[in-house]
Amino acid sequence: MSSLKQEVEDDLFVRAPLEEKVLEDFAEEPVTFWNEAWRRLKKNRGSLLGLITIIFLSLMALFGPVISNHSFDDQDLALSNLPPKIEGLGWLGFDGRDVNGKDQYEAREVTSNFWFGTDEFGRDLWTRVWKATQISLFIAIVAAVLDLIIGVVYGGISGFFGGRVDGFLQRIIEVLIGIPNLIVIILFILILEPGITSIILAMVITGWVGMARVVRGQILQLKGQEYVLAARTLGTSNVKIIWKHLLPNVMGAIIITLMFTIPTAIFFEAFLSFIGLGLQPPLASLGVLIEDGYKSMRFFSFKLLFPAIVISAVMISFNLLGDGLRDALDPKMRK
Amino acid sequence: MKTYIAKRLGYMFITLFIVVSITFFLMQYLPGTPFTNPEKLSVEQLEVMNEKYGLNKPVAIQYLNYLCDLARGDLGISYQYEGRSVNEILGERIGPSVLIGSQALIFGAIVGLLLGIISALKHNSFLDYGSVTIAVLGMSIPSFVFAALLQYYVGVKLGWLPAALWEGYENTIMPSLALSVTVIATVARFIRTEMLEVLGQDYIVTARAKGLSEKAVVFKHIIRNAIIPVVTMLGPLAVAIMTGTLVIEKIFTVPGLGEQFTKSILVNDYSVIMGVTLMYSALFIAIVFIVDILYGLIDPRISIKGEV
Repeated sequence: MSSLKQEVEDDLFVRAPLEEKVLEDFAEEPVTFWNEAWRRLKKNRGSLLGLITIIFLSLMALFGPVISNHSFDDQDLALSNLPPKIEGLGWLGFDGRDVNGKDQYEAREVTSNFWFGTDEFGRDLWTRVWKATQISLFIAIVAAVLDLIIGVVYGGISGFFGGRVDGFLQRIIEVLIGIPNLIVIILFILILEPGITSIILAMVITGWVGMARVVRGQILQLKGQEYVLAARTLGTSNVKIIWKHLLPNVMGAIIITLMFTIPTAIFFEAFLSFIGLGLQPPLASLGVLIEDGYKSMRFFSFKLLFPAIVISAVMISFNLLGDGLRDALDPKMRK
Repeated sequence: MKTYIAKRLGYMFITLFIVVSITFFLMQYLPGTPFTNPEKLSVEQLEVMNEKYGLNKPVAIQYLNYLCDLARGDLGISYQYEGRSVNEILGERIGPSVLIGSQALIFGAIVGLLLGIISALKHNSFLDYGSVTIAVLGMSIPSFVFAALLQYYVGVKLGWLPAALWEGYENTIMPSLALSVTVIATVARFIRTEMLEVLGQDYIVTARAKGLSEKAVVFKHIIRNAIIPVVTMLGPLAVAIMTGTLVIEKIFTVPGLGEQFTKSILVNDYSVIMGVTLMYSALFIAIVFIVDILYGLIDPRISIKGEV
């Protein structure tokens, strides 16, 4: 085999004469797959809105806690349960009045404004909401990336090698998929004790299966394509086939799945916090804030409202962007 | 078909066995003990307690005992409620969960189907955009956020419906509504894309060409064909509802399985946690199985492997 390879020298090949007519077809700048996808995505107003919202929320999550002059865990009981107040936005409800219409800022002689109000320990809710967004996004993104790595490797091996390896790996997945993941997550959190790392781990334990199935399906489909066959015939190594030919073509499906994993992870994290298995104070995620706000929503509904709006905005924008990306990257994957 | 069912049943059994084993051994590693204030108990008292609940035997024996009891349908006794069996607790808890769950499923499926069908028939109209927006909101907003807001505005502020407790039929409305949001959104989205795909098929053109009335085309050809794959959504929907019951029952204080589960977690009532886990898993596995079989039966185009 190797001796055969050496005999094929470059000078054996002669360039085919290029016809005028064919040349014209190549005159335009070639459009790459990603350019094309971006063009299609831009046309979709919903997902563009989603993308802008995600960028905005991420910026707020990063810089929101900094611009308020309050820290997220400073307690001051003299400032507890202040309603939200923003200068000039009084007509929107940011007037510092409580449920009885009494101006709490005047009554307690508080001079600085708390934009989203304060909680029962006098901590600034604006800072806490954005800090929580930061933590929730962090948990979701790390969990999604870990899902991605495990899923791509597992699904890739399963799909690429096929045969007995595939059969064995798929049996494992079949069993795993039969187990309701929420219950596994809850059990693991109980053992690992609530915290950022344990929440991420618990979500990854079951979360990678979806990605693995998508990648396996795609690889199975692609590896029979002519260009892979051609590459193989030319003696390309397995690693190179996977890296150069298969992965770039699976990328679309991977990105789409990733886009839907992130909101799912945010949901699970908030869900766990809501049933009391989330982060411990003074750390806060959106779920923790919603749970806190829920407990006192009767008199201080703002405590529930702000985190609820932010988490909904995050979820909506990721779903919109995911939908748009699905249409842009792979019209066939539409469901 | 028979071999297929047999194979699937085999898998179901293995999966359930693995769930039982995982749950059992994970329980061993749980921090804390099922007894409140164990430091106040004397060594003798602890011994008596451990003896009573069989906790003094080696883990392997406990495991075998649990499996044997399980085979007889006995889920053990609760650590928290003196002298009550898990079967008894689950038995009285399952009713409310099933009631609000099925109400949510039926209501959600009907509304979702209507939204999706209207949306597809009036493609790219104002109605279409409206129901797509509802669907995206319903998919995105976490059910417990929606439930909390519903409870605050409808229950507390407007006072139209009781905000919590479990006293009469009107108490079931808000929890069912909160649970059905995900169902509405999922079904509406699904049926819409399904309908749009069917609308482009040749047989629809044929039906129109042979002069069928629009009504007949829509009802006999479009909706009939589009509705079949909705059956496959039952699995994910059942999961969404089960997930939802955990928090929604907590919010509206519905005395169901989910509320019991969240309560038991906080007090380390191992046997009840295991019982609910098994119940949820078994239900989930059974639903997925039934859906697969049903799908093969309804749609003749799908042949199940193993059928000769």
